[in-house]
Amino acid sequence: MQGSENGDGKPNATISRSAFMGGLGTAGALLATGCNTPQATTAAASRNSAAAVVSGDARKIAQARGLMPADVAAALKTYVPSGKTDDYYMFASGGHSGQVLVIGVPSMRLLKVIPVFTPESYGGWGYSSGSRDVLKAGAVDGTVITHGDTHHPTFSETGGDYDGRFFFINDKVNARVAVIDLRDFECKQIVKNPLTLSNHGVCVTPNSEYVVESSHYGMPVGWKTSDVTKEAYRKRFRGSQTYWKFDAAKGRIDPERSFAVELPPYWQDILDAGKLGSNGWTFTNSIDTELAVPEDWHGGPAMEVGASQHDMDFLHLLNWKLAERLVQSGGVSKVNGLAYIPLEQAVKEGVLYLVPEPKSPHGVDVTPDGKYVVVSGKLDPHVSIYGFTKIQQAIAKGHLRRDSYGVPIVAFEDALVAQVKVGLGPLHTQFGGDGHAYTSLFLDSAVARWTLGDDSGKGWNLLETLPVQYNVGHLAAPHGDTVHPRGGYVVALNKWSLDRFLPVGPFYPRNLQLIDNTGEKMQVLYDMPIGMAEPHYAQIIDTKLLKPIDVYPKNTDVFTMAADPKAPVFGKEGTFDRGDHIVVEMSMMRSEFRPDVVRVKRGSRVVWRLNNVETAKNAIHGFALSKYNISLSLEPGKVEAIEFVADEPGVYPYYCTDFCSALHLEMMGYLVVA
Amino acid sequence: MSHISGVQSAQSPLALRASGSRALLIAAVLLAVSLVLPWWHMTMYAPQYPAGLSASAGVFSIHGDVTEINELNHYIGFMPLEHVAPIERRAGIVLGPLIVLLALAAAFLGGPWRLLATPAVVLPVFTVADLAGWLWYAGNHLDPHAALSTSVAPWTPHMLGPGGVGQFHTFAMFDPGFALAVAAAVLVVSALRRRHRPAVGQR
Repeated sequence: MQGSENGDGKPNATISRSAFMGGLGTAGALLATGCNTPQATTAAASRNSAAAVVSGDARKIAQARGLMPADVAAALKTYVPSGKTDDYYMFASGGHSGQVLVIGVPSMRLLKVIPVFTPESYGGWGYSSGSRDVLKAGAVDGTVITHGDTHHPTFSETGGDYDGRFFFINDKVNARVAVIDLRDFECKQIVKNPLTLSNHGVCVTPNSEYVVESSHYGMPVGWKTSDVTKEAYRKRFRGSQTYWKFDAAKGRIDPERSFAVELPPYWQDILDAGKLGSNGWTFTNSIDTELAVPEDWHGGPAMEVGASQHDMDFLHLLNWKLAERLVQSGGVSKVNGLAYIPLEQAVKEGVLYLVPEPKSPHGVDVTPDGKYVVVSGKLDPHVSIYGFTKIQQAIAKGHLRRDSYGVPIVAFEDALVAQVKVGLGPLHTQFGGDGHAYTSLFLDSAVARWTLGDDSGKGWNLLETLPVQYNVGHLAAPHGDTVHPRGGYVVALNKWSLDRFLPVGPFYPRNLQLIDNTGEKMQVLYDMPIGMAEPHYAQIIDTKLLKPIDVYPKNTDVFTMAADPKAPVFGKEGTFDRGDHIVVEMSMMRSEFRPDVVRVKRGSRVVWRLNNVETAKNAIHGFALSKYNISLSLEPGKVEAIEFVADEPGVYPYYCTDFCSALHLEMMGYLVVA
Repeated sequence: MSHISGVQSAQSPLALRASGSRALLIAAVLLAVSLVLPWWHMTMYAPQYPAGLSASAGVFSIHGDVTEINELNHYIGFMPLEHVAPIERRAGIVLGPLIVLLALAAAFLGGPWRLLATPAVVLPVFTVADLAGWLWYAGNHLDPHAALSTSVAPWTPHMLGPGGVGQFHTFAMFDPGFALAVAAAVLVVSALRRRHRPAVGQR
């Protein structure tokens, strides 16, 4: 009950009865009108007695539940009645669950868990042949990885705004990037970065030409073995930024047309793409310009100290359009199959510049007009605003000093437009539909709201801060990192929840807090517990931009989104001996499998194709086979396949795992291995 | 003169003027249009199907949510909709256009040839009778081995207006195709009732 507390978290016991009643009166009026047309208002006025009855009931309910007026207002702003739907989708990373969460805003209802890097039995992810192929494509040195640490989600964009077509998410643990198709909210591709083993940020260029992945920990290129010493780190370890070419027509990343730029091993982490006037550049921050390594600080454990010695680290500016021209001209070699612009070449060609940024930065965000880059050093209480034009002028002027790798450095004062003292531990900035900027304050556990100014340095002012609970990381606002932010919400992605929810043991839920930013003062409206890994970052998109299909066309292979030529044909199902393997062709419908007995010889390699021939919305069938570790989900129209060796004689039941009909329990069959 | 105009009529159908024959021509056109329109439909509503499921029948086809309705019907042993009136629908592919052509011939040939339009009157009458027969047959010949055969007693689905089975409420109604066919039949009957009218061009 956020509204019942004041800023210091103590219950506000001094709230007056008249304020309480006033709040309820507003609630009653809202309930009575529902819209603000003159007719509706008149009608509401003539139904005063009805409104009084409603507010009377509401008051009793509120009193019984100990709700304050602010709580009632929050409930009215977030409640989405049964049968109504939300205004926005929020796509949140699933942290080290390796998945993606889809959440409705403002109700904060969980709509879907999209399996990505981690096998997920409910969706058959990692069990079906098609999904196993996707996971295999993300293998590291032949090892299929069955987990992930999803960090930075990003929607595809057209003209610098979300277009609702695709969604990308990275895996920090193994430097991988996944593509999710928003026609069916399913993962279609995982690519493995051949240069490094850890990444952090992902962004897209304004027309989704590239999905850009920044490396995180400094690594020997291709993770070749090396001792970890200061000397070795400086010589052999590097960072990189990879520009994965996205082919929107195919809905796939094309590694052949992708490229990477080598960077100093400064621990690049988060990045953002320029937009409008700054289109053509990406901006990436870094943490470890000290080139600290573990064991380096008086015997360690040292990274947190060693990497925090400099007052300034470096924002990296990369001219990706220039780099693209270099690659297309053929003047670039390949490393591990990926076009690669070495550091020296990047410097020589003017692809890479640095700007000092306050200590150990984390967030870097380009303003909606594309004119400014906002960075926040997490160990500095300011957000620093750089002017893109100022940076370009400084580059044009030349005479730049260089770092130890020879990379030219634009002086801090030549880039800086303004600084806003927002509070302790500023991390990430989003832009609201109200034209203001919002920055998370990790150490203060708060959200700062501040105004955007101009090149003169004026107009950049802190408006207010709102406590959130607790340890806020990223913020998400509807279209909050695009050229067109909108909506009246900001979501704080809090890493800790402490006292916010019923206790569920030592593993605490994470707390996504919905904030109303339409008024003069921000207000926390709702706490959404996430009972698993920490959603690191989220993006929020207008529902009108998404038109997901509700039933696949018949015989759909979801990895080509086209008819599968090998789809089992209804009426021609059966078990067929193909010499070196057995093919099972199966149809699924309420409430039967055809065939419902499958007989194979011991040792047979079985290729089992399944087709949900349903055409009705929601008529999903699952398929689980005992002993052989198989679980599938077949939505109507979908075709899937599984492969296994029937190595043990026995009788194994299979059945529908998705409650499909009144006779769902009868939807079963037997695999007989003899 | 009458000879000449008779020749003109035979050579130039556009010279068609007799009101009875004009009515036959209009009837033929209406019937032709009706062949491509639905004649009858039934919509079913249940809690799980708030938008309803609908199937419609024309002279030679069945359209709509046929797959899903069959899916549900199989639980009570109701025959698949494709198995309803298969001969009639196949024959309709030939007979429908043929009846239109006969009505056209009646319009242009006139005289006793006007009787060629008679099948256009029979068609809607037969359709209603056939539909009633199939509704009775299908509803009263449920597969006794179906999973829910003991849950639903045989019944005759209503051809018109509200009805119901299980958790479904149904509503059946004739469609524009049927209305056009009835209009065509009325026009044919009225044309045939005009006695002593000269054939086209014989005035």
